[in-house]
Amino acid sequence: MPDRTTTDPTTYLSHLELGEPDKTFLDSNELIINMGPQHPATHGVLRVILKLDGEKVLGTECVIGYLHRGVEKIAEHRTYAMFNPYVDRMDYVAAVSNGLGYCEAVEKLLNVEAPPRARYIRVILTELNRLASHMLWLGTHALDIGAITPLFYTFRDREEILKIFEKYCGARLTTHAFRIGGCLYETYEGFEGEVKKFLDFVTPKIDEYEELLTTNRIWVERTRGVGVISEKDCIALGVTGPVLRASGVKWDLRKAQPYAAYAEFDFEIPIGQNGDTYDRYLVRMQEMRQSLRIIGQAVERIPEGPIMAKVPKVIKPPVGEIYHSIEAPKGELGYFIVSDGSTQPYRVRVRPPSFVNLQALDIMVRGQLVADVIAVIGTLDIVLGEVDR
Amino acid sequence: MVAKLKGQYGSGIREASTYLGQNYMVVEPSIIVELLQILRDREQFDYCVDVTALHYPQREKQFDVIWILYSFPRNERIRVKTMIADGETVPSSVTVWPAANWLEREVYDMFGIRFDGHPNLKRILLPDGWKGHPLRKDYGIIQQDQEWVQINLGIESGQ
Repeated sequence: MPDRTTTDPTTYLSHLELGEPDKTFLDSNELIINMGPQHPATHGVLRVILKLDGEKVLGTECVIGYLHRGVEKIAEHRTYAMFNPYVDRMDYVAAVSNGLGYCEAVEKLLNVEAPPRARYIRVILTELNRLASHMLWLGTHALDIGAITPLFYTFRDREEILKIFEKYCGARLTTHAFRIGGCLYETYEGFEGEVKKFLDFVTPKIDEYEELLTTNRIWVERTRGVGVISEKDCIALGVTGPVLRASGVKWDLRKAQPYAAYAEFDFEIPIGQNGDTYDRYLVRMQEMRQSLRIIGQAVERIPEGPIMAKVPKVIKPPVGEIYHSIEAPKGELGYFIVSDGSTQPYRVRVRPPSFVNLQALDIMVRGQLVADVIAVIGTLDIVLGEVDR
Repeated sequence: MVAKLKGQYGSGIREASTYLGQNYMVVEPSIIVELLQILRDREQFDYCVDVTALHYPQREKQFDVIWILYSFPRNERIRVKTMIADGETVPSSVTVWPAANWLEREVYDMFGIRFDGHPNLKRILLPDGWKGHPLRKDYGIIQQDQEWVQINLGIESGQ
């Protein structure tokens, strides 16, 4: 602070007006700035260190781990069933998908299979959760770029999905919907009708989001050609999910290695061509429509029967190891479980899609503008609970 | 494929088998990078899904380092495993797949396994000054680096 009691007028002037530029600021070409971890546009506690030349990004470094809770260590000290609710806390906006992956991995290790009805319930809830996750992504991503309205629309409609979850299992976010061997709860009275009503309700809403954004000039200018990643780079960096598909790779684990009951449904894998933020937006919008298609078919054809396979009370898989992965809303979510024949897993390794996808941030934003970093973080659709575990 | 690789490396490939329909190989650490390169280029395993490790404190070679690979053209997975003793290093696979960068850093962070030739081998999830590697079996579940917590967080204990 300048000393206001002095009569020297130069003390009231900033450095810039003194005719002598500040060497550390104006004459340098490179500037290092810090973004996060307390920053609303980083979707959690992500810290990015940016190296800039004016507005242009020269490079980035991600600092992660602020939300590390040691989930993999906890797994080694819990029984298989006790660890089940913990996986919901990783990708907390798509908890049902996490649970599905874990339960299926343990089922494979035990060599049991969930009965058909349970598998249909799983598909319905998982796809509803994919919708909820994509809606949350759309709302926050659009908000980051400057469109406020979609946030209100998507949160309003996501609420309907959460209501179905709440009615089914009592929880809205960390659902713990599935158990090893099937489902604990039978569907509630009028479940099918309610899901069908939701489908009719939400289909025009997705058109509404697209009307707001798809041809909106500001949206297109802010997303087209931003954060481009090629097919080759995606594969080399292990990027999966909508980001990979928007770069033109027609690959979805639901089709490539079907799990649950996905082999029994008709649906398309939407892909993009340019691998930019706009294409990723289009791919996710298409995916939401495909999810609706899957849910529609599943509700129509849901079989009667038991919802729980014969699983021993104390789960003790034989010695061995398994890797099982599913197509979570963010990409390939894998579980590598090693059993030593006891009631507790010897090791549970989670292959988180957000963690691996976040690695691509650097090459996606290099050469772009600072404001595009926000757009790219949004379009990668990361959840820090899953990045840090 | 395995027969061809065995012909090339002989005893370098110690075991190649299938469990619950999933293929895996156990190989010597000395040939690991060369083998991964061949798997990528010749056998089309173009996508490195995961790099992880396992700790068996009773064994002489305490650690298993595991690469999980996937091939888009073949729609197949394979696990490649190698065993090393505590303090031994493994050659880094970042030159084969850039995806291995953060994955190997996480293995280093959690197990203390060093990857030779990694461009930026430092902790990723835990703070840089932290002592200990939490996913080792001899690291207790509520154990923490007291000194770090006291200096950096200004509290007696994080428990």
